[in-house]
Amino acid sequence: MALPLPSAPAALRRRRRREHARTLAFLSPWLIGFGVFFAYPLVSTVYFSFMRYDGFTAPTFAGLRNWDYVLTRYPFFWQGLGNTLWLVAVMVTLRVAFGLGIGLLITKVKTGAGLFRTAFYLPYLAPPVAATMAFAFLLNPGTGPVNHLLGELGLPQPGWFTDPAWSKPALTLLAMWGVGDLMVIFMAALLDVPREQYEAAELDGAGPWQRFRYVTLPAISPIVLFAVVTGVIQTMQYYTQAIVAGKVASGVIGGSGQQFEPGYPHGSTWTLPQMVYSLGFQRFDTGSACVVAVILFALSMAFTSVLLRRRSGLLGED
Amino acid sequence: MDTQRTPRRRPLTALAGAAACLAVLATGCTGSPAAGGEDGSASGQDVTLTFWHGWSQDNEVKAIDANIAAFEKLHPNIHVKVVGNIADDKSEQALRAGGAEAPDVVSSFTTDNVGKFCAANVWSDLGPLLRKDGIDPAKTFPAAMLAYSRYRDNQCALPLLGDAYGLYYNKTAFAAAGITAPPRTFSEFEAAALKLTVADGDSYRQLGFMPNYHGYETAIAHYLGQYGSTYFGPDGRSTVATDPTVAAALRWQKSLVDKLGGFEKLERYRTGFGDEFSAKNPFTTGQVAMALDGEWRTASLAEDKPAFDWATAPFPVPDGQAASYGRGYQTGTIIGIAKGSRKQTAAWALVKYLTTDTDAVVSFANAIHNVPSTLAALDSPKLEADANFRTFLGIARHPASGTTPASINGGAYQVSLQNLSYEVESGRQTDLAAGLAATAKEIDAAVDQAK
Repeated sequence: MALPLPSAPAALRRRRRREHARTLAFLSPWLIGFGVFFAYPLVSTVYFSFMRYDGFTAPTFAGLRNWDYVLTRYPFFWQGLGNTLWLVAVMVTLRVAFGLGIGLLITKVKTGAGLFRTAFYLPYLAPPVAATMAFAFLLNPGTGPVNHLLGELGLPQPGWFTDPAWSKPALTLLAMWGVGDLMVIFMAALLDVPREQYEAAELDGAGPWQRFRYVTLPAISPIVLFAVVTGVIQTMQYYTQAIVAGKVASGVIGGSGQQFEPGYPHGSTWTLPQMVYSLGFQRFDTGSACVVAVILFALSMAFTSVLLRRRSGLLGED
Repeated sequence: MDTQRTPRRRPLTALAGAAACLAVLATGCTGSPAAGGEDGSASGQDVTLTFWHGWSQDNEVKAIDANIAAFEKLHPNIHVKVVGNIADDKSEQALRAGGAEAPDVVSSFTTDNVGKFCAANVWSDLGPLLRKDGIDPAKTFPAAMLAYSRYRDNQCALPLLGDAYGLYYNKTAFAAAGITAPPRTFSEFEAAALKLTVADGDSYRQLGFMPNYHGYETAIAHYLGQYGSTYFGPDGRSTVATDPTVAAALRWQKSLVDKLGGFEKLERYRTGFGDEFSAKNPFTTGQVAMALDGEWRTASLAEDKPAFDWATAPFPVPDGQAASYGRGYQTGTIIGIAKGSRKQTAAWALVKYLTTDTDAVVSFANAIHNVPSTLAALDSPKLEADANFRTFLGIARHPASGTTPASINGGAYQVSLQNLSYEVESGRQTDLAAGLAATAKEIDAAVDQAK
């Protein structure tokens, strides 16, 4: 006796369910991580941005009060936002340009390339706090060797970390000093550009700039995009160097009657991540800290989104 | 041209980056600690307390350990697990998190935390315990120290040794300049500062006094201690724009800055100073002839042995307040009991011993060279104090000495006032009245936000 065949749609459905279950099983480590480390904190942050919560007592609904406070009454927000955007625009641009430049130079070096690679990569390994303190020492306006040298050369001696006009450029110098990570990535990309393309361009009479513009840059454009996107995200979270430089240069150690000055000097190194820490963990105003975190997140998303959508416009045809 | 749109999934790169920041915030979402109660220690039951403090130097740790040992001898059934070198941030997190490993008794170097902890009921109100044991805080502790250890009616902390601020002066430089006595009024002080200033090209060989707000202890709050300024009115609103002494202090400091060479020139000189808490301190090296500093400097100077004679005196007062000479700014260490601790009775026994037992307070003060925090200890014959240290004992006793009051949002009001002071001294803010009004508004907004 012949067994009845299962109906084709039911069998298909069962197979699909099995496939879905298998897919989910394979995806589950990532899904759990995503839920615990991303989705939950994100939803919580948005939720707490509408709550009054000091970390000790039960949260209560505050409506738009935290948003109103941060955007209209908290005196440091707009200055912090301006500084963060300045750092994103200048620091990321210069880091990428400098990293690419160093990468290009080192790939051209015939002898001692290893030595140069090591010399430029080593600073990246320095802990951020130690590196910042070293720069604060080097750039000390009164006793630092940099200003001493500038003085000997008859050049102006900036106030660096103590001058609001120079504090962000000083931080940018520090960031460029630690550009070893980008240099290595760019070097790997540059060494992957097919030699034949350069040879063909040379035969066509292309000079060094034209070879860079029409051969090198299109070939490494995904890497440039990667460097810019990750640079923007990292700089939006810029915290350690800014706070250490401000603290060291100000000479104020804090304590009763002598509070640590945010973003010394004159708020010029005050960034949004410092604001999140200060509001959330020094003032215990978790709601307002969450507002700043949500804004930071939205800005990071917006920047990344725009960069990815405009990649062809930014980098030329690839 | 490549017109291909990037898939919308790509921004996940950005999401991953921002998640770390958000995750940090989410960790703050813990429940409030439950209040503890009678732990049986009064009836002889064994109890082990956990005590967190911030002292880290050998002599300090040795001193606090000696006090704890003496306490355990007095209370054989109470054992104390001491954890030192704890930063305030870590204590705050532990108090938030609670749990079995959280401290029962906590000390903090930052009196600014008192308002936050009292308002949030994180530390137990010690008022009922003081009353139960017949301890009158006003008769036990100096007024300024009592002021910084309470928020409104909540005495959630007690002072555990204090810091008082006074004048250090270079006697050798004074003699060379023909100055025979330390200045008592701001006019005398200005004259001395100018007389003691010795130029060196476009800088200084010796500066009479570094008035800039980043000149280590020359914070606006420390200057205001000489004026007896208020920060908040009875209604809790900021008084920085209405208390005329605040404007007077800012004006006086700016005037002194200008007379001594101007902000830029002084700042250039200031950046050449060594670390405040080292032998490179500018007073120790002779770079400045007078300094506003705390009592701890007496011990440092005795150890570092500068190449000149030095002495201490109360910091001068405004000319119109000459009668208040002898006052100064005061702060110190505070100690409290975690509200979530289930060993409240034993914890109070420890706090009471450390803060009110005269011998305990004196031995600790002798060991770490801080000002004792009870009136009885200040008068104790066991207190080791030379003439220079006695200056600070007098400041601590002085009824007009002041402090920065506890506020619901900690020291945020001080940050606001500090920021204005930086703007004023650098000449970026010339309309003082408008600056003070804006600062008061900023302080009130922050306080409202914290409520």
